[in-house]
Amino acid sequence: MSGKEVFYQGNEACAEGALYAGCRFFAGYPITPSTEVAEFLARRLPRVGGAFIQMEDEIAAMAAVIGASLVGKKSLTATSGPGYSLKMENLGYACIAEVPCVIVNVMRGGPSTGLPTGPSQSDVMQARWGTHGDHPAIALAPASVQEIFTETVRAFNISERLRTPVSLLTDEIIGHMRERIIIPPEGELEIWDRPRPTVPPEQYKPYDISEGIIPPMADFGSGYRYHVTGLNHDETGFPTNKPSLVQPEEERLMAKVTENLDILEKHEYTEKEGARIGVVSFGSSARSSRAAIGLAAEAGIKVDFLRLITLWPFPEDAAVQMADKVDTIIVPEMNLGQMIEEVQRSIAGRAEVVGVNRADGEPITPAQILDRIREVA
Amino acid sequence: MTFNYDEYIRPGKLPHIWCPGCAHGIVMKSIIRAIDRVGLEKDKTVIVSGIGCASRMPGYVDFNTLHTTHGRSLAFATGVKMADPELNVIAVAGDGDALAIGGNHFIHTCRRNIDITMIVFNNNIYGMTGGQFSPTTPHGRLASTTPYGNPDYAFDVVELSIGAGASYVSRSTAYHAIPLERQIADGIAHKGFSVIDALCTCPTTYGRRNKLGNATEMLMWFKDNTVGVKAAEKMPPEKLEGKILTGVFKKEEKPEYCDEYAKIIERVSAKG
Ligand SMILES: Cc1ncc(C[n+]2csc(CCOP(=O)(O)OP(=O)(O)O)c2C)c(N)n1
Ligand code: SF4
Ligand SMILES: [Mg+2]
Repeated sequence: MSGKEVFYQGNEACAEGALYAGCRFFAGYPITPSTEVAEFLARRLPRVGGAFIQMEDEIAAMAAVIGASLVGKKSLTATSGPGYSLKMENLGYACIAEVPCVIVNVMRGGPSTGLPTGPSQSDVMQARWGTHGDHPAIALAPASVQEIFTETVRAFNISERLRTPVSLLTDEIIGHMRERIIIPPEGELEIWDRPRPTVPPEQYKPYDISEGIIPPMADFGSGYRYHVTGLNHDETGFPTNKPSLVQPEEERLMAKVTENLDILEKHEYTEKEGARIGVVSFGSSARSSRAAIGLAAEAGIKVDFLRLITLWPFPEDAAVQMADKVDTIIVPEMNLGQMIEEVQRSIAGRAEVVGVNRADGEPITPAQILDRIREVA
Repeated sequence: MTFNYDEYIRPGKLPHIWCPGCAHGIVMKSIIRAIDRVGLEKDKTVIVSGIGCASRMPGYVDFNTLHTTHGRSLAFATGVKMADPELNVIAVAGDGDALAIGGNHFIHTCRRNIDITMIVFNNNIYGMTGGQFSPTTPHGRLASTTPYGNPDYAFDVVELSIGAGASYVSRSTAYHAIPLERQIADGIAHKGFSVIDALCTCPTTYGRRNKLGNATEMLMWFKDNTVGVKAAEKMPPEKLEGKILTGVFKKEEKPEYCDEYAKIIERVSAKG
């Protein structure tokens, strides 16, 4: 990749990636370990004619982000556990009203105030089910500073194309770690924009799905006057409680994910011939996993590795592929066992599944994972 | 000449959900006339609300309309306004929506002095959920959750707004539909955050329980128990006992948030 070389912190790479993707609005509320995203954008957004605002809390920040997105601005907010909890109310709103936006959660230990400066991966299930009601969920989990940049761009792209909120889950380790990265020149990474209406305003129906399950979205103020609500609504955007309309709407929101797995799923499967052990991991734990797998190889133990880059939707097929081959799957994660349940559910008994878990604010070490590999080998 | 609302009401969206005798419709009509009076362009106007009976208002009117989550109208509206300061942004909310769950957003929007006009449909009760007390239910009143009388004391929307920094603050009532219209128009034309405390009535869940008479009698109560803030200056205190002051309480030119931010953009954007 050609481009500009910089030595960035993960949070800075996230903010830079957002700008690259076309983000022109940020609303947030300070919280460790995510604050650098806000600080970076407070400096940079006005320079590109965008807007930054520090709101009174995370609920307000999420609301402002949705408001700005409705006017056509790609919008971002960034937070950590306690703030992510507060985002949930309006994240659900963005799901049902189908408003693109990106939410960064630099994960720290919890519950509640937990470990403000300690890394964690314990918001995995919250990213899936955190807001009430059935709803689609998309969450990406980069594992390096470079990947934070590119996955932030991808988060915006997906959010725009599917008209749904996307969470980017990083953690205190990669959020604060510095690495040399390349910022690609403009145009090198593809940038997607939301579908916009091609019909004249008088024919526009904001949730018309006759052309596909993602309805074109008009910017407020562009001449297409319409209504947006968090109530279940019909194709005109007005509330309805007709069972014959509500159920299809609910199912369509989910289908936006299940029918777009080709653009959503992203993982790396590193195979070793004859391996009887597999590791499934993500984010900074994937870094330790990779190191452990290297050490195991030196000791003559072959281990397959599935690194999840998209967490939600979960890549069931890849997990099953691994389970059909190996006897045991190890799931290292900085929590007391969340992603492991999804692995177990997906593979339905095809292999043994064991965790490597840590929730003390310290990273999982390669040695810990290697120990588990030796145990099951 | 009678005002023709047709241009502003969305075809097919009436009848509204409000009870017979509810004053929310009067406030809605005042807002429509005020918008017409100021001459706002429909395409460039966004009306934002939260959740509640009052917050259903945007669905009936032909603008860019945004019905959000309970209490959050001003936070969404702030994003809309900052994303395009050329848009005229109006927020409508019930008293519970604006001042209880939305209280934090309310005071901070006042402080920021962003150019949004907020109309509080203040009926002293949570209408939509069936008559629980709100932050403006007077002490001693009955509500479904204050069956022995409200032990709490009410917010004064005007004092709260002034204290928090709003630059235009007024109060009128659903009885005084024309002055209300004038104030809303004034608030929209004013650059900065404007709060209009629109006293209105919920005969269904508040009036009945507190034996305040029928819908008409509740409106007439406003006529008999309000005093214009200018007239009040010349009245002895005993005559003002128990009266509610109406009128414009504050109108101050002061820096507006988006203007200030635009200056920052101008100053730093040259640096690239
Ligand atoms: C988060 C949340 N909490 C509670 C509710 C339930 N709720 C709906 S409307 C409302 C109060 C409405 O009262 P007010 O804002 O005064 O409006 P009115 O109905 O009186 O016009 C409440 C508590 C909700 N929708 N969302
Ligand atoms: S419950 Fe009260 S506020 Fe709601 S529509 Fe009926 S009268 Fe109006
Ligand atoms: Mg009320």
